[in-house]
Amino acid sequence: MNNDGFIDLKGRKVLIHDMSLRDGMHAKREQISTAQMVAVASALDAAGVPLMQVAHGGGLGGNSLQHGFAMHSNEEYWTAVMPHIKRSKVSVLLIPGMGTMKELQSAYDHGVRSVSVATHCTEADTTPQHIAYARKLGMDTVGFLMMAHLNTPEGLAVQGKLMESYGAECVYVTDSAGYMLPEDVKRRVRALREVLKPETQIGFHGHHNLGMGIANSIAAIEEGASRIDASVAGLGAGAGNTPLEVFVAVCDRMGIDTGCDLFKLMDMAEDLIVPMMDQMVRVDRASLTLGFAGVYSTFLLHAKRLGAKYGLPARDILVELGKRKMIGGQEDMIEDTALTMARERGLLNDKAA
Amino acid sequence: MKKIRCALIGSGNIGTDLIYKIQRSPLLEPVWMVGIDANSEGLKMARDMGLKTTHEGVDGLLPHVLEDGIQIAFDATSAYVHKSNSDKLTALGVMMIDLTPAAIGPLCVPPVNLAEHAAKGAMNLNMISCAGQATIPIVRAVSRVQSVSYAEIIASVASKSIGPGTRANLDEFTYTTSNAIEVVGGARQGKALVVVNPAEPPMMMRNTIYCLTDDKPDEAAIRESVQQMIGEVQKYVPGYRLVNGPVFDGNKVAVFMEVKGLGDYLPTYAGNLDIMTAAATRTAEMFAEGILAGRIKLKEAA
Repeated sequence: MNNDGFIDLKGRKVLIHDMSLRDGMHAKREQISTAQMVAVASALDAAGVPLMQVAHGGGLGGNSLQHGFAMHSNEEYWTAVMPHIKRSKVSVLLIPGMGTMKELQSAYDHGVRSVSVATHCTEADTTPQHIAYARKLGMDTVGFLMMAHLNTPEGLAVQGKLMESYGAECVYVTDSAGYMLPEDVKRRVRALREVLKPETQIGFHGHHNLGMGIANSIAAIEEGASRIDASVAGLGAGAGNTPLEVFVAVCDRMGIDTGCDLFKLMDMAEDLIVPMMDQMVRVDRASLTLGFAGVYSTFLLHAKRLGAKYGLPARDILVELGKRKMIGGQEDMIEDTALTMARERGLLNDKAA
Repeated sequence: MKKIRCALIGSGNIGTDLIYKIQRSPLLEPVWMVGIDANSEGLKMARDMGLKTTHEGVDGLLPHVLEDGIQIAFDATSAYVHKSNSDKLTALGVMMIDLTPAAIGPLCVPPVNLAEHAAKGAMNLNMISCAGQATIPIVRAVSRVQSVSYAEIIASVASKSIGPGTRANLDEFTYTTSNAIEVVGGARQGKALVVVNPAEPPMMMRNTIYCLTDDKPDEAAIRESVQQMIGEVQKYVPGYRLVNGPVFDGNKVAVFMEVKGLGDYLPTYAGNLDIMTAAATRTAEMFAEGILAGRIKLKEAA
């Protein structure tokens, strides 16, 4: 730090992990074609993005009534994109309780070489099998602590240490609700840095629900994070992920080395990703509610759809889900909550009750 | 009245809760509790409740099986050691109720197929998983009305209600439950998802059951079938309750359930623990009735 409190990040290397083709699937209600996947993956590869996640929005095992059926299986997506990737690596998400080791083996067999093993921020002890299996396959193995605002920095550090003990080579602070402010991020990254081995990396995955994606990512880097999740034009759940091309521009200005080609990413955002959007991925009334109330970003489109079905404002449903402390994976409770609210408000006819 | 003498293997949440359930049974008597850690809370509690205990695993129990007249054993250890436990005990003529995901014996969901299993007198029955016990009756309630191409269940459980064994083996839980949705529930394809929620105060166990029917759902028949099935489960789990639904959307049927436990070993939020131990107890009682009436003859000790 220099005299005026400015932390000089010049020369720091940061690995950028693109989310457009996984978290972005949520924003597209899982409806991305293989042709679109190939176009996006090729463009990311050409722009020098070193790692990209390709899967159903819920990752392995995500195809379901609960999380929606994608246009294609994960295997079909991987088979389509792999031949077009020259420099980058492909990663996948695995949430135990949904994804399994059988599916992880299939991902590996299709060329996937990195996995984020994800749990709610207090449940790291549901991951030992999957982390160990990924390491046995020789995959780059990340422990991904979701809804990280719901654990204290010290509590999160304990969970991260558990994941490291199972074999994770990198531990993420994951702001699934887009709720955190830079100081929240700093405290959590700092707490992890204090307990993890020096060779264990730290990552940050942001959502832009309060417009803090970039500021939070930079805050994470200041405290020692070296991996940042982002998606081109922010294509992701809620108000989207940290917008990748904007983040790269900020890194360029600060002298942080991402190895990515800014102009190619700008063109890609404008010409490829934005035209794919069914709705503008931005901070609006409902996505702002997610960030403000600390609700899982993926709940957004479900709440909008069910709000329309039962005559309830999506915002009311989201606030109620926050009160009930629902976490990622409990998408079924959105309809349950909407039904209960609709009944209480006298909006249900007898047949639906 | 004569009771069938039972051994409980595994002194974790499930084994300990079973003591309460079995002690209340008019047909069963808990005699032995088997653990592997001399200092475990479960073993201490079992001693306080009057059971004989060993911390030397099943091998510590074997010398006492015949002299103590043990005829039914409940295994609440892990999928990895169940087969070995089962082989040793069935060789002595003990019937096994398997509460691990090992599933080496037939799968049992009491209101769906217990009577059938009891008639056959199987020596090892598997109780699938808490999520399976909580959801498969509903899948069956739909599939007995009309054919179901796909059923999917989501079980949300309180973090405090699941022990280290379940946590470290979620894949086995998923595989066993998915398979049972097909084999017992009657769906052609099954999928199980589980979510562990750490909210404080702990949330009640919630289960959502989705079924896709081949033809347009017969709404009235399905509603009636689901209500009837819930009544069957309530006979052994009074807190098994419909919260919302059935909701019909095209060929999709959605049912939203809650399971409130009896609050024996863990508080009432742990309905997942209760539905498993209550189903196991009910299964054992059905066999005990058969044994006491002479209808079921357990294999003689080898």
